[in-house]
Amino acid sequence: MKSKATREDIIFDTINYTLLIILMIVTLYPFLNTIAVSLNDSVDSIRGGIHIWPRKFTTINYSIILKNQAIYHAAFISSARAIIGALLNVTCSLVVGYALSRQEFVLRKLYSRIFVFSMYISAGLIPSYFLIMDLHLRNNFLVYILPGVVSAFNIMVVRSYIAGLPPSLIESAKIDGASELKIIFSIVMPLSVPVLATVILFVSVGQWNSWFDTMLYCSNANLSTLQFELQKVLQSSLALASTQSGQLAALKGANGAAAVTPNSLRAAMTIVAILPILAVYPYLQKYFVKGLTLGGVKG
Amino acid sequence: MERPEADMKITKPLSYKPKKSFSKRLGEQKELIIITLPFLLLLLLFSYVPLWGWVMAFQNYKPALGVQHSDWVGLKNFAELFKDKDFYLSIRNTLGISTLKFVTGFTGSIGLAVLINEVRNARFKKAVQTISYLPHFVSWVVAASIVTSVLSPDDGIVNQILISLHFIKDPIAFMGIPGLFWGILAGSDLWKEIGWGTIIYLAAMTAIDSELYEAASIDGAGRIRKIFAITLPSIIPTIKILMILNVGWLLTANFEQVYLLKNSMVMDVAQTLEIYVYNLGIPLGRYSFATTAGIFTSVVSLILVLSCNRLSKLLDGESAF
Repeated sequence: MKSKATREDIIFDTINYTLLIILMIVTLYPFLNTIAVSLNDSVDSIRGGIHIWPRKFTTINYSIILKNQAIYHAAFISSARAIIGALLNVTCSLVVGYALSRQEFVLRKLYSRIFVFSMYISAGLIPSYFLIMDLHLRNNFLVYILPGVVSAFNIMVVRSYIAGLPPSLIESAKIDGASELKIIFSIVMPLSVPVLATVILFVSVGQWNSWFDTMLYCSNANLSTLQFELQKVLQSSLALASTQSGQLAALKGANGAAAVTPNSLRAAMTIVAILPILAVYPYLQKYFVKGLTLGGVKG
Repeated sequence: MERPEADMKITKPLSYKPKKSFSKRLGEQKELIIITLPFLLLLLLFSYVPLWGWVMAFQNYKPALGVQHSDWVGLKNFAELFKDKDFYLSIRNTLGISTLKFVTGFTGSIGLAVLINEVRNARFKKAVQTISYLPHFVSWVVAASIVTSVLSPDDGIVNQILISLHFIKDPIAFMGIPGLFWGILAGSDLWKEIGWGTIIYLAAMTAIDSELYEAASIDGAGRIRKIFAITLPSIIPTIKILMILNVGWLLTANFEQVYLLKNSMVMDVAQTLEIYVYNLGIPLGRYSFATTAGIFTSVVSLILVLSCNRLSKLLDGESAF
């Protein structure tokens, strides 16, 4: 409905658009700046003044990062846990969500209470730590996977969605004698793609971004994750940033020619850590608002 | 007399209740139970079994002796906890940080949602939303890295701007200043989550009947008037629910964020309850004591959530459930 724009409208819109543009700049600038620093020659970066464009372009920061075996391997571990963790979690959410959506499921109330209550009470860091130790999951890849398979929240979201599907589809399949598994995977799953895609994306992002479990449970370098490697680099930079101005002495490359500062390497590592997020971002956009509001607001 | 099958709910006589016994129904729904069982077991294992660990709080736990053989000390750990100055410091920090984030978070997200909602141009709206959601998806390691760079005294943008505007002469190491730390936490949290926080408000706003706005226009209301008279009141239920849920988490102050951004200069203001527990437990190995503090946090949080929910139910019949 296009009515004539009053003077208040124009002033309001101008201020509004200005504020929003400032917001977008403030949001994006750090990312662009990090990209610029990562693509900029280290010694040149120290002079300051790099904003969103590299002044002295170089890819050496990235080649150092990517040639580093530890980081390469960490990226592999992060990817593995993202994929495996997401697949297991979404399977759990689908199966349990389906079961809980069936009104006639005999254990429905009991299960619901058990799952919901687990969202409110947390045993705490120390008891969980001891559990992992007792299960001999320290320095075991499974420590990244098993605790995260069941997410009560995701189950509830999927359950809401399935409950909204036409019951006749499932009823008729039951009359035809289909097993529950067949119903879940041939009928319910294809119809639930939006919510399942949302769960997969969110769990993947969560897994990719994890670092604290690495710190607690995996001293073995073989199980290091990308975020944890980045965190190690960050901690050493942070020690400096809070006390004095001044970069660490530039590290000389093997042939003495290339000098690379930790700051530049950190920038490059940060970008490597964000890249998969950026890559799936369009898909996140497509599914999440739909999936989230369907499961959450409708509840 | 025919007994209709209990699970043929399509045609069921109104007065008849299926009299299938519990165990019979269990048998019939065997498949469902079997396929959900592994997940139930995993949940019990990782969410409920650790609760047994709470007995460590009543012991003088030594890992070598295990739970079976460590001495029992009753409530001594709790008494010690309530005498610990560090404990009260942690509570102060946690509440201070959470309250600040509560205020900035809600104001920010609600305000931004209102602004976005007022945008007529669909493409601009989409662009703003897309960009504002992005920080939510990066890890706190990345976010902390970004915050450190931005506030860096060497070449951080904040210092550069302040110097070029002649507000300061020399760069300031912001992250080392205790008085600013809570603000840095709230500000970086805002940068990361403000966009994401608008989703639920925007969803509520799109549900507002456009006739309300038209009627207001006819009555001569301007944009700002409409926002305060229509938009904001319509999302009050949403705001209430979110605030209630939020209060329950008042004792948790995003461990990852604080852990990553803290440094030795600001420890007095950075030590939250979670960090207090972590430090006691993992580096120091005072397991019993750490568990005690952890129990305190969990139980108080649970009480907070339940009471806030009851309070809201009393107030006007709406609840977070």
